[in-house]
Amino acid sequence: MKILVCIKQVPDLESRFKPDAAGVWFSDTDLAFRMNEYDEYAVEQAVRLREQLGDSAELTVLSIGPDRVVEAVKKALAMGCDRAVHVQDTAVHLKDPWQIASIIAAYAGDQGFDLIFTGMQSQDRGSAQVGVSLAEQLGVACATTLVGFEYADGAITAKRELEGGIKGVVKLRTPVLVTCQLGLNTPRYPTLPNIMKAKRKEITAIPVAELLKEEARTTATSFHHPAKKGSGLILEGDVGDLVEKVIGILKEKTSVLR
Amino acid sequence: MKTLLIGEYREGKLLDTTYELFGYAGQLGAETALFLVGSESQLPAFGGTLYLADALACGEYNPDLHKQLVLDAVQKENPDQIVFLHSSYGWDLAPRVAASLRIAQISEVIAIQEGGFEVGCCNGKMRRSITPATHRAVITIQAGAFQGVQPGGTPQVVKLTAESTGTMEFLGYEPAEEKGVDLSKAEVIVSAGRGIGKKDNVPVIAALAKALGGELGASRPVVDAEWVAHDHQVGTTGQTVSPKLYVACGISGAIQHLAGMKKSDFIIAINKDKDAPIGEVADVLVVADVMQFVPALTARLAR
Repeated sequence: MKILVCIKQVPDLESRFKPDAAGVWFSDTDLAFRMNEYDEYAVEQAVRLREQLGDSAELTVLSIGPDRVVEAVKKALAMGCDRAVHVQDTAVHLKDPWQIASIIAAYAGDQGFDLIFTGMQSQDRGSAQVGVSLAEQLGVACATTLVGFEYADGAITAKRELEGGIKGVVKLRTPVLVTCQLGLNTPRYPTLPNIMKAKRKEITAIPVAELLKEEARTTATSFHHPAKKGSGLILEGDVGDLVEKVIGILKEKTSVLR
Repeated sequence: MKTLLIGEYREGKLLDTTYELFGYAGQLGAETALFLVGSESQLPAFGGTLYLADALACGEYNPDLHKQLVLDAVQKENPDQIVFLHSSYGWDLAPRVAASLRIAQISEVIAIQEGGFEVGCCNGKMRRSITPATHRAVITIQAGAFQGVQPGGTPQVVKLTAESTGTMEFLGYEPAEEKGVDLSKAEVIVSAGRGIGKKDNVPVIAALAKALGGELGASRPVVDAEWVAHDHQVGTTGQTVSPKLYVACGISGAIQHLAGMKKSDFIIAINKDKDAPIGEVADVLVVADVMQFVPALTARLAR
């Protein structure tokens, strides 16, 4: 069985964001990058399936972006992926979700993957489009927002998370693509021996020009802070003073201290 | 401007969130038609055209089949926009429709702008403006971003049918977990977020909840990490609450969390990040280290 997991490298979301020179995405300067959190669940589930199937399976991890994304790829290899594909693209942030999906589809098209895992969305863009678009472009079945996954005899049983804590359970035959929600599993931390082992694993680099065939269907025209709603009070300073201020506010504005 | 709105129906009921689509179309000043895989016994309060497929025959979740039905309605209605809710149904179905029609999709729209749309990004901290490059577009709107509107009236029903094409077998629903704690009745809720750092710090937050006579709540990441049990989770996939006082400790404010607590009477957030999106709904944002501020406040309350 051939398994593919698609990952994205995103900035630490605790960071302060500033627009780039073009004003359409964030400036990379001073940002720390890591694997998209949703994709960590996708990698973990793919590795568990790889372990379930043993040597009859091969698990490939793919990421698109500049050279720094190799760090995220290496983490996925250390978690247990067998081999990696780095689609080299220094302008990935200017591509829309349709183009991103088309690049992966161009790579995966003739590879015959039986199962493809992606995160449900990225933490930075959050369009939730790439996984489903990729399935459509490859013409394979797809289920989104998984909080449960089982594989047996060429079919998966997937638990989809719906609103209000309800879950929908579906069964699909491979080939299939699934998008993974937070909480699907507990992603492992790579161990030192596995990090060392990962250094010997193959990373194939492919220039994006070889795979990009589609035009963008949307254009970003601005990246900006939300308009301040202005009603909230911001308190800063010494903890002792902050406590006294908050006690005063609780007495004045709420009935909870009476 | 013509819109085809994609309504939602689950476990035999028309979902109220469907009316948020009319709120969006109203802001756009657009004509509306509604698409629904639902039931003739539960028609929405809307006087326009309703493209209706039967959920008993077509399934409530069968995206390949629902895609065919939407495409049929699109052909009959010829809309400029096909509008979904950004929900587990909408974000699943919308890209399939956009791919088949070979048109632009813009996800989780929070506002309509001149020539385009404003969407959230970076976990709700930042915004982007996006313009579709195709004349026709698929849109998904953020939950709660557009106020629900019931247009009223009785629809003219156009029935749709399709042959089952999907390979998906729907096995059923699994109910939400039993609620050990009913947060919807609490007057005070003090919630823990990832910013508390580790599981060992949960009792510090619980102590403040106790000092204020309230219940402990939690954001999704701390529930996923099993620091706090699921029945304490506040948000779209947990409980929706509106206490007199909500204290958010180390919660950055993902949209799914905000949707579950923003109707609280008074909101105090404690966060070291001044730009955290929780600041958008908080009455007071205390910029501080949660693990320094919360014990100090609890100690002061005990005096």
